[in-house]
Amino acid sequence: MRHTLAVLVENNPGVLARISGLFSRRAYNIHSLAVCQTENPSLSIMTIVVEGDSQVIEQVTKQLHKLVVVHKVTNLSNEAVVDRELALIRVKVKQETRLEILQTVDIFRGRVVDLGRNSLTIELTGDEDKIDAFVRTMKTYGILELVRTGKIAIARSES
Amino acid sequence: MGNLKQDLLVARDPEFTWEDEESLATCKSKYNGAKALLDMLEKEGVELIFGYPGGVLLTLYDALLDSSIKHILPRHEQSAVHAADAYARVSGKVGVCLATSGPGAANMVTGIANAYMDSVPLVVLTGQVPTHLLGTDSFQEVDITGMTLPITKHSYLVKDANDIPRIVKEAFYLASTGRPGPVLIDLPKDVMAAEVTSSCPEKVHLPSYKYFSKGNAGQIIEAAKAISQSKKPVVYAGGGVITSAAGPSLRQLIEKLNLPVVTTLMGIGSIPSSHPNLLGMVGMHGTVTANLAVNDCDLLIAIGVRFDDRVTSGLKHRFATKAKVIHIDIDPAEIGKVVRANIPIVGDARLVLEDLLPKVQVPETSAWWNQLRAWQRKYPLRYEQNGHLNPQMILEALGQIGGEHAIVTTDVGQHQMWAAQFYPVKVPRHFITSAGLGTMGFGFPAAIGAQFAKPDSLVFLVTGDGSFQMSIQELATTVQYNLPIKIILMNNGVLGMVRQLQKMFYNERFNQIQLHANPNFVKVAEAYGVKGLRVDKPEEVEPALITAIDYPGPFLLDFTISPDEVVLPMVPSGKVITEVLGGED
Repeated sequence: MRHTLAVLVENNPGVLARISGLFSRRAYNIHSLAVCQTENPSLSIMTIVVEGDSQVIEQVTKQLHKLVVVHKVTNLSNEAVVDRELALIRVKVKQETRLEILQTVDIFRGRVVDLGRNSLTIELTGDEDKIDAFVRTMKTYGILELVRTGKIAIARSES
Repeated sequence: MGNLKQDLLVARDPEFTWEDEESLATCKSKYNGAKALLDMLEKEGVELIFGYPGGVLLTLYDALLDSSIKHILPRHEQSAVHAADAYARVSGKVGVCLATSGPGAANMVTGIANAYMDSVPLVVLTGQVPTHLLGTDSFQEVDITGMTLPITKHSYLVKDANDIPRIVKEAFYLASTGRPGPVLIDLPKDVMAAEVTSSCPEKVHLPSYKYFSKGNAGQIIEAAKAISQSKKPVVYAGGGVITSAAGPSLRQLIEKLNLPVVTTLMGIGSIPSSHPNLLGMVGMHGTVTANLAVNDCDLLIAIGVRFDDRVTSGLKHRFATKAKVIHIDIDPAEIGKVVRANIPIVGDARLVLEDLLPKVQVPETSAWWNQLRAWQRKYPLRYEQNGHLNPQMILEALGQIGGEHAIVTTDVGQHQMWAAQFYPVKVPRHFITSAGLGTMGFGFPAAIGAQFAKPDSLVFLVTGDGSFQMSIQELATTVQYNLPIKIILMNNGVLGMVRQLQKMFYNERFNQIQLHANPNFVKVAEAYGVKGLRVDKPEEVEPALITAIDYPGPFLLDFTISPDEVVLPMVPSGKVITEVLGGED
């Protein structure tokens, strides 16, 4: 099963190496990792999607806690969260497919951010499933290039 | 010529100017990073460090001349770490070692891994190339913080000399609190020469670092209930008992409740070897009784242990299957890592045991003890006395003659297991061995570290001819500092443990185990100025040991033993205890 961990870490050089080194050394499987500075410039937040059963996730969490640079580890899979991913996709276009593609982009609430003679670049945000679905649709037209940020997530506020 | 030299220096380091050289000279007079480092070490109570100099450390070695800290010069950087490691294990203080950048630092990697595996508090100092050369593959540059990430508790690359007081204070705090471990500080050459205006912070500020001391009260009550109700309890004690000085509390517990105890290799000394409740070491070369007890118990009280595969045979689902498990450890990540714990208690072993003691009632264990005593009678630790010089016989004699305050360090291999089985350790911190990493070459520098920690104690190095040759150059160190270490060399001319495994599991297809060109060890010792004596016969053992002990300096005893000697009993890797070899009388 996939778990999403929010890991609050010190914003120092070498911190990413400590975290990724821990995952590789102990053979934990990272599905995706997104990292950026928080509102406090001395801290960064990593959203790590990791594969494993509950025992593995417990070990991952404990081992992360042991790193001096790690302030907090939250397993977001146990909480109500909003999660998003951003994808940029360059798709092959021809005269006859252009309209169809633009309509699909519209349905998925994506945006065209760049336009070439034979290609379109589309920006899309959403959860993983939505992006997966869009990517599948675009495959029929031919994907030239694809980049995804990996998941970022935040706990929902209490209502 | 002057210009040529300058051109060459500039070619190597484009930012070099002659002013740099001058500023290096003037920096001696100002309060620089090197002086701040040494002041902080003094503040932390450091009396001696084990180190080896090199180019980037010149400022530091210059400052050392004016410091109260004593510097010991082993003959290899790896020995410097091992010596600091054993110094820490024997004294309970933080060990400090130092090496230059590049090869010096890289040579310490094995020693750091060794300390990390056995949770030994170390502060490892490495020189580094100047900050403006970092990352340029400059002369004697390695990324030592990167190389040691998986084997340090934490590490620092100092970029600003004003951070030195804070970093040194944090390093000692991290190394010595919670689960101890090595902390590395990488010190670029220019940082040590730069002026320091900051002062030592009053308190360590590490908001993200927490460790547990007292155990959860509710869990302790649960554990007390489980112990009081158990019929077949066993205490499984490890290195954590020694680290937290929990030996006396553990002894009170087992005596009050009449509990049987097994120890790990790291736990040897936590309970005196002569204690009637001690069943011996558990695991691959443990006693049959200790292993049967763990296999059959209904309650396993694991204290300061990590269920290493040398204990569990790597069979976590077939280990102590009939037992409820109480696991007391200071590191939360150890709990549930290998074996599920029914009652986990995160905390310092001594504090947890002190809280537990008044809450437990004596369980009814007489039937269990009858069973344990029967096993002990059926499966005693034994060896064949065949008129030859047996390794076990040497260790028993050493135990008798050495007395209870002698410190034994071992190398790794057959002799190590024989020592664990047959040398009677009475006191914690008196049996120093490379357990987790199994580092051949550890024993001799460890004996040096132990002797510096306890200058008045008798220190024995128990080693083999394979291991000894991995650190043989330290004979010079023992002579230079006149360390009266007694070297007990079990010389069988082969790599005995590998030979034993090839003999037992590879149809005697021996390969690369013959040490054909072994030197005459007595002559080697004499060449360094160390006394030596060869011993071939059983009746020579006692007089030889007495001669060595009475001699005021270092002494090497070269005992000739048979390559056919094996370590038994043995639970082969991947097998359960019922498949033990060589157990029955």
